[in-house]
Amino acid sequence: MTTVHVDAEGFMTEYGEWTEELAAELAARIGIELTDEHWKAIRFLREDYPTHGETATLRRVSTLAGIPIKQLFVLFPGKPAKKMAYVAGLPKPRGCV
Amino acid sequence: MMRRLVILGGGTAGTVVANKLRRRLSLDDWRITVIDRDRDHLYQPGLLFVPFGGREDLLKRRRRLLRNGIQLLIGEVATVDPERKSVRLLDGDVVSYDYLVIATGTSSRPEQTPGMLGAEWRRSIHDFYTYDGAFALREALQGFSGGRLVVHVVEQPIKCPVAPLEFTFLAEAFFRRREMRDQVELVYVTPLDGAFTKPIASRYLGRLLDDRKIVVETDFMVERVDADRKVLVSYDEREVGYDLLVTVPLNMGADFVGASGLGDELNYVPVDKATLQSKAHPDIFAVGDANDLPTSKAGSVAHFSSDIFVANFCQYVEGLAMTHRFDGHANCFVETGDGKALLIDFNYDTEPLPGRFGPLSLLRETKANHWGKVAFRWIYWHLLVRGRWLPLPSRMSMSGKHRPKEEELP
Repeated sequence: MTTVHVDAEGFMTEYGEWTEELAAELAARIGIELTDEHWKAIRFLREDYPTHGETATLRRVSTLAGIPIKQLFVLFPGKPAKKMAYVAGLPKPRGCV
Repeated sequence: MMRRLVILGGGTAGTVVANKLRRRLSLDDWRITVIDRDRDHLYQPGLLFVPFGGREDLLKRRRRLLRNGIQLLIGEVATVDPERKSVRLLDGDVVSYDYLVIATGTSSRPEQTPGMLGAEWRRSIHDFYTYDGAFALREALQGFSGGRLVVHVVEQPIKCPVAPLEFTFLAEAFFRRREMRDQVELVYVTPLDGAFTKPIASRYLGRLLDDRKIVVETDFMVERVDADRKVLVSYDEREVGYDLLVTVPLNMGADFVGASGLGDELNYVPVDKATLQSKAHPDIFAVGDANDLPTSKAGSVAHFSSDIFVANFCQYVEGLAMTHRFDGHANCFVETGDGKALLIDFNYDTEPLPGRFGPLSLLRETKANHWGKVAFRWIYWHLLVRGRWLPLPSRMSMSGKHRPKEEELP
């Protein structure tokens, strides 16, 4: 069993500790079974983070990965920005400033 | 050989930077050009008060605010070519640069939300971030006979993120003064999970909304406005009805930024957050609201970061390393109605905290804070945009601040 670092709300804090297996487990915890469409969003978030330095917003995912915001709400119901970050092992989106 | 500095945008950041650099760079060696699409500089903090009958001294000629020796060119930028180091204007003119400063800010884009622009725009759907919008809203408020007033933010980031809250507080006081508060239901609709972006300030501001019986609808990501039925519809299919909607449309940077491949998904220029230097092109800097700094889009940030930028720029053009680091410092008065305001002071790492800021109180409603905000208009026109010295440090200080314990929070 591996240990990972998380913050008070359960968001992973170490980019390098994330694995795809872990993503599936995190998704299951919030009641989501990952399909190819989920993976498209999650892979974009993972690839974007190191260069961008921030967790992508819904608009950024929608514009750059080509997934409509409406669809992100279907894939990650309720609070898609937070749920995507949680599954992708990234900091909670700062929602802004 | 003359060196050419071109500044795109003559708003707060562009004007401050031009005036400060004009004093630091010799006109024997430098040509400094500001390009803007129109001749008037708008005092944007004043727009908030217009709907409630506020003073109208909002415009001054850009030319009069720029020091002698700075060239002002009126024209709309079409594209920037960072390889050729040139700016092409819509009328076809081309302006070459050695160094480029992008200061074209951010603006409201009501067309980005389906249903917002249409027959009801400026009738039952209003904004207050534009000159015409603020005056149209004044008429709408004067004629409002009661019902549901919804104040709404489409998406972050927005320019002056406290302004929609201030508008809500001022509207509440306005209806109370007119003795019709009991005929108005006030609702604040936000995509955030609380009243504000930062947790401690959000608790204080949330309490103020509560005290005033203003309902807050959180986590609301608007998909469209149904102007016929007068409802906001969210992506997760919630609906909020209104009689009068005051919205803050999606904010985006200038179109030429996107068209030139210099921007992110909202046309903001990605920059180093300590130096404001473009990540892609070292001879391009972006100041004020035009960049993607992870701090508030606010006049105070434009001001503080300009101080840092000017000091760094003078090193950079001499071939030296840039040694000044911007910390994300922001400082904002928040009007709360009845002649009072609170003050917040923060940076990238430290959220707004309670305490004292010189003679003023942080996160606490006082009359002194309100008078600070009122006095700021004079400071803005006569000192700030002229690039004169102000007794405000560019970097945030912890002096006077304290981190409240959980039980001290509202």
